[in-house]
Amino acid sequence: MFSNPDLQKLLFGRLTLDAVPLHEPILLITFAMVGLGGLAVLGGLTYFRLWGPLWRDWFTSVDHKKIGIMYIVLALVMLLRGFADALMMRAQQAMAFGPNEGYLPPHHYDQIFTAHGVIMIFFVAMPLVTGLMNFVVPLQIGARDVAFPFLNNFSFWMTVAGAVTVMASLFVGEFARTGWLAYPPLSGPAMSPGVGVDYYIWALQIAGIGTLLSGINLIATIVKMRAPGMGMMRMPIFTWTALCTNILIVAAFPILTAVLAMLSLDRYVGTHFFSNDLGGNPMMYVNLIWIWGHPEVYILILPAFGVFSEITATFSRKRLFGYASMVYATVVITILSYLVWLHHFFTMGSGASVNSFFGITTMIISIPTGAKIFNWLFTMYKGRIDFDVPMLWTIGFMVTFTVGGMTGVLLAVPPADFVLHNSLFLIAHFHNVIIGGVLFGMLAGITYWFPKAFGYKLDAFWGKMSFWFWLTGFWFAFMPLYVLGLMGVTRRVQHFDDPSLQIWFVIAAFGAFLILLGIASFIVTLVVSFLKREELRDLTGDPWNGRTLEWATSSPPPDYNFAFTPVVHDHDAWWDMKKRGYVRPLSGFQKIHMPRGTATGLILGVISIVFSFAMIWYIWWLAALTFVALTVVTIGHTFNYARDFYIPADEVVRTENARTALLAERV
Amino acid sequence: MTVKILRTLLLLPVFGLLSGCNMVLMQPSGDIATRQRDLILASTGLMLLIIIPVIVATLFFAWRYRESNKEAAYDPDWHHSTHLEVLIWSAPLVIVIALGALTWISTHTLDPYRPLSRLDASRPLPKDVKPLVVEVVALDWKWLFFYPDQGIATVNEIAAPVDVPITFKITAATVMNSFFIPALAGQIYAMPGMETKLHAVINKPGMFEGMSANYSGSGFSRMNFRFVGLDQAGFDDWVAKAKAGNKPLSREAYLELERPSEREPVTFYSSVAPGLYGQVLNMCAVPGKMCMHEMMAIDAKGGAGKDSQANRARLEYDNRYAERGDEGNAATVGGSGRSSHSPEQPQGMKPKSTAPEVKPHSGSEHSGHDHSGHAHGDAAPAGDGPKGDGPKSGETKSGETKSDGPGGADPVAPGQLNK
Repeated sequence: MFSNPDLQKLLFGRLTLDAVPLHEPILLITFAMVGLGGLAVLGGLTYFRLWGPLWRDWFTSVDHKKIGIMYIVLALVMLLRGFADALMMRAQQAMAFGPNEGYLPPHHYDQIFTAHGVIMIFFVAMPLVTGLMNFVVPLQIGARDVAFPFLNNFSFWMTVAGAVTVMASLFVGEFARTGWLAYPPLSGPAMSPGVGVDYYIWALQIAGIGTLLSGINLIATIVKMRAPGMGMMRMPIFTWTALCTNILIVAAFPILTAVLAMLSLDRYVGTHFFSNDLGGNPMMYVNLIWIWGHPEVYILILPAFGVFSEITATFSRKRLFGYASMVYATVVITILSYLVWLHHFFTMGSGASVNSFFGITTMIISIPTGAKIFNWLFTMYKGRIDFDVPMLWTIGFMVTFTVGGMTGVLLAVPPADFVLHNSLFLIAHFHNVIIGGVLFGMLAGITYWFPKAFGYKLDAFWGKMSFWFWLTGFWFAFMPLYVLGLMGVTRRVQHFDDPSLQIWFVIAAFGAFLILLGIASFIVTLVVSFLKREELRDLTGDPWNGRTLEWATSSPPPDYNFAFTPVVHDHDAWWDMKKRGYVRPLSGFQKIHMPRGTATGLILGVISIVFSFAMIWYIWWLAALTFVALTVVTIGHTFNYARDFYIPADEVVRTENARTALLAERV
Repeated sequence: MTVKILRTLLLLPVFGLLSGCNMVLMQPSGDIATRQRDLILASTGLMLLIIIPVIVATLFFAWRYRESNKEAAYDPDWHHSTHLEVLIWSAPLVIVIALGALTWISTHTLDPYRPLSRLDASRPLPKDVKPLVVEVVALDWKWLFFYPDQGIATVNEIAAPVDVPITFKITAATVMNSFFIPALAGQIYAMPGMETKLHAVINKPGMFEGMSANYSGSGFSRMNFRFVGLDQAGFDDWVAKAKAGNKPLSREAYLELERPSEREPVTFYSSVAPGLYGQVLNMCAVPGKMCMHEMMAIDAKGGAGKDSQANRARLEYDNRYAERGDEGNAATVGGSGRSSHSPEQPQGMKPKSTAPEVKPHSGSEHSGHDHSGHAHGDAAPAGDGPKGDGPKSGETKSGETKSDGPGGADPVAPGQLNK
C-alpha cells in the first residue's frame, strides 16, 4: 500500500491487503451476498422512508420491549451464521474419509468450529435469553420499563458490537483456531500468533460488558419494580428464573472478563499468567473459564425452564403444580451451578476425591432439575391440554431434554467421563440440552409472546412444520454422535481414516439438513404470519387465555405498558383478576412519566467496534483515539439532562379509548 | 403419540446399524476400559429407572389430558400435593444417592493414578510383577514414547505385553493434548511442564488405535498412534527390533523431531540420550535452558532474589517457535505469514501425496515418506512376529512386510483392526 513500511505500520498496524481474502471464492460470494442484501435493506429503508422511524423508534429507543425485540432479531441473524458453520462442519465430516480430504483444510475447519461455538453461545443463545427477559419481565411484574432504561439500550449495542466484531473476522483477517473456550497455551501469543484470538477476546469482552450491565439492570428491575402486592413468592416463574439467571450473570461474567483480560495481557504486553514458562499456569485459565462457563449453561437454561413453566400452565389451562418447589428448585440450581465446574476437566489429573466431589455435586443438580420436570408433568395431569405450537415445543423439550440430562449425569461419573470426555458423545450431550432445552425453550417463548409483541399470532401450520423439522432433525443429527462417541471418535477432527464411521456422519448431516428446513420453516412462519396478520390479529391482548400480568394489557402494549399499575393479590395475577371479575378502568388517566430515547448507546457501540478493531490490528493511534472518545462520550452523557418526558394524559386517554373500542367491537 | 411413533421409527434403523458397528467403548480390550464400560452401563441402567417412567408419563399425560378428551378429569386449581412433592424430590434423590456411592467408589478404584490391583475380573495382580513403564510425550502432532527400562523410544507406536500392568507417565512439549487409547483405558491430559499418570493393562493381543483427544492445532486430526498388545515373546522381539535399528535418539534428534509435523511414520530409536524425558518434562531439552526443577529448588530455598533475573532468559520456553522460526500451532493471519484464508496450509502439514499413514488402515502409503527433517527408521508394524528377522533400517517399503505376529499383517484393513 505504501512504499514506506514504517509509515504503513504506523497507520495500519498489522493490517495489510493480505488480510482481505480476495482469492477465496466462498468468502467473496458471501461478502457479495451480504453486501447486496445490505444494499437491498438500505434501499428498502430509504424507499419506504423508514430511516426516521427506525432511528427514533428502535435504534435510539430505551423501551424495553423494542430492545427485547432487537436482541431477538440479532440472535436470529446470528443463528443463520452459526448454523451455516454447522452445515459446513457436517458436510466436511460426512465426506472427509480416507483419501478424500473433504473441502475444508484444517486451517479453515478449525476456525469454523471455533466460530460456531462462540457465535451460538454468545450471539445466539445469550441474545435470545436476554431479549426474551427484556421483553417479558417488566410486563410480567407490572412495570413501565426496566430500572435503567439507557443502560438497557447501551447493553444491547455492546452485544451488537461484539457480534459485528466476530463477523468482521470473516472478511478482514481470520478467526481464532482454538476451540470456543480458547484454552492456553494454545491461545497464547506463541502458539496462536495473529489476529484470530484477538478477535475472540475483544468480541467477548465487548459483548460481555453488555451482558453484565443488562444483568444488573434486570436484577434491579425485578427487585425494585414489582407491582404492589407482588411479593417474591407471587412472582411468575419466568420472572423467578430471570432473576436467578441475572444473579448468575452478575456473579459469573466478571470472571470471564478477568480471565480474558489476563489472556490479553499475556498476548499484548507479555505477562505470563497462562504461559508454560516463567510461572504461568494454563490450568488456572481452564479453572477460571469454567467457573464462568458452568454457570453460563444455567444462565441459558433457567429462563428456558421459566418459559416452559408459563407455557405448561397456560396451555394445560391449569395452575402450575408445585410453585414453591419450582422456585426452590430454581434457587438450588443457581447455587449449585457454582460447585460443579471441575466436571469439565476430570481428565486433567485431579485426585479421586476432588473428582468424586465435583461428580456428585453435578448429580445433585439433577434432583431439582428432575423436580422441575415432575412439576410440569403434574401440571399437565388433570389439565386440558391445548396442543398449540408452544405446547408442542414443551412436550418435545421434556422428552428430548430428559435424555440429554441422563447423558449429562453419565458424564458426571468421573471414570465414565475418562472415556467420554472430548468425544462426540459429549458433543451430542450438550447439543441435546442446549438445542432440546435452550433453543426449544426460546422458540417456544418467541411463539408464545409473539402476539404480545406484534399484535398477531404466528401461523400455526408453519410453526408446527418448524417444530417437527427441528425435533426430527435434532434426533437425526445428534443420536449418531452418541453412537460415534461410543465408537471412540473424538471432537474437532477434520478427517477420518476409518470408513465404517462414515454412515453415521452422513445420517448426522441429514439431520442437520432437516434442522435447516426447520429454520427455513420458522422464517416462512414469520413471513406468512405477517401477510396473514389481519386474520391472526389479537385484539384482546390475551390470545392464549393467559395467567400472568403481561396478558392484562393490549397487544402490542402501549409505550407505558400499563395505564394504571396493577395490584396483585395472588400468583397468576391476571388469572386471578379475570376470575374475580376484573373491570378495566375507563377513566381517571393521568400523564405518565417515561424515559427518553438517546443515541448514546448506539454511538458507544460503534466506537467500541472501531476500538476493538484497532486493538486487534495493532493500530495504536486509532485505539487511543477511540478509547478517549469512549470516555468522553460516556462522561458527556452524564450531562444529558433531557432524559425523561411525560406522555400527556389526553394521549393516554386516546390510547386507552382506542383499546376500549377494540374490545367492545369484539364482544 | 406421534412423537412416540416417530421415535420408534427413528430408532429402528439405528438398532440395525448398531449391530454392524464396532463400539470400542462397549467392547474394550483392557481391564480398566472394561470396568469403565461396566460403570457406564450400570449408571445408565440406574438412571433409566427414572428416565423411562418420566418419558412415558410425559407422553401419556399429554395424550390423556388433551383438550378433546372430555372424559379425563379436569381440575384447574389442583396445584399441590405434599405426597407427590415428597415423591418427586425423593425419587431422584434415591437414584443420586445410589449413583453417588457408585461414583465415589469407582472414582477411587479407577483413579488413573492408582496402581492396578488386578489383571482382570478373575485374576488378581501377581505378587512380584514389575509394571512396564512408558513415558509419553505429546509433540506437535505426533507422540513420542520412551521405554526407560528397555532404553528405547518410538514415535507413534507403543507396544505392551498382554496382562502386564503398564504405568504411563505423560507430558507434552507444547500445548495441551489428551492421551487416549479407547480400547485400553480412559484418557488423561498431556500438559507441558506437568506430568500426569495412567495405570492400565491390556488383556487381549491386537492392534488398537490411540489418539490425541484434545484439540492442539493444525495437525491435530492426524495425531494418531497405534497401540499393540503382544505376548511376552512378541514384545521382546519388538524391543529387540528397535534396539537393532541402531538409531539413537539424541537431544539434537529430539529437537528436530519436536518441530511441527503431522502424519509422522512409526519410528524406532535404539537408544535415548540419558535423562531426555526429564528434560522434556522440565522444559530444558534445549541446551542452555534451565530445568524447572532447578528453579523450583532455588525457590524452595527462598529464591535467589534479584539474582534470579539472570536466569530469566534461561527459563523462557514458549519463545522457541520464534527462535526456531516455526509457525505456532494455531497461527492466524498477522502471525502466520500467510494471507487470510490462504489455501496454503500451515507449516508441518503434509500434502496427501507424500504423507505416510500412521494408523494401520488400508495402507500402501507407508512408502515415499521423503520429507526432510529427522531421519526415520523402520515403519514396519509392531508385533512383527517372533521371527526376529531384524529391523530394516532405512527401508522405506517396510510397510509391506509380511508378518503373522499377533498384530497381524500390515497394512491392516480397518475391519481387521481391533479397536
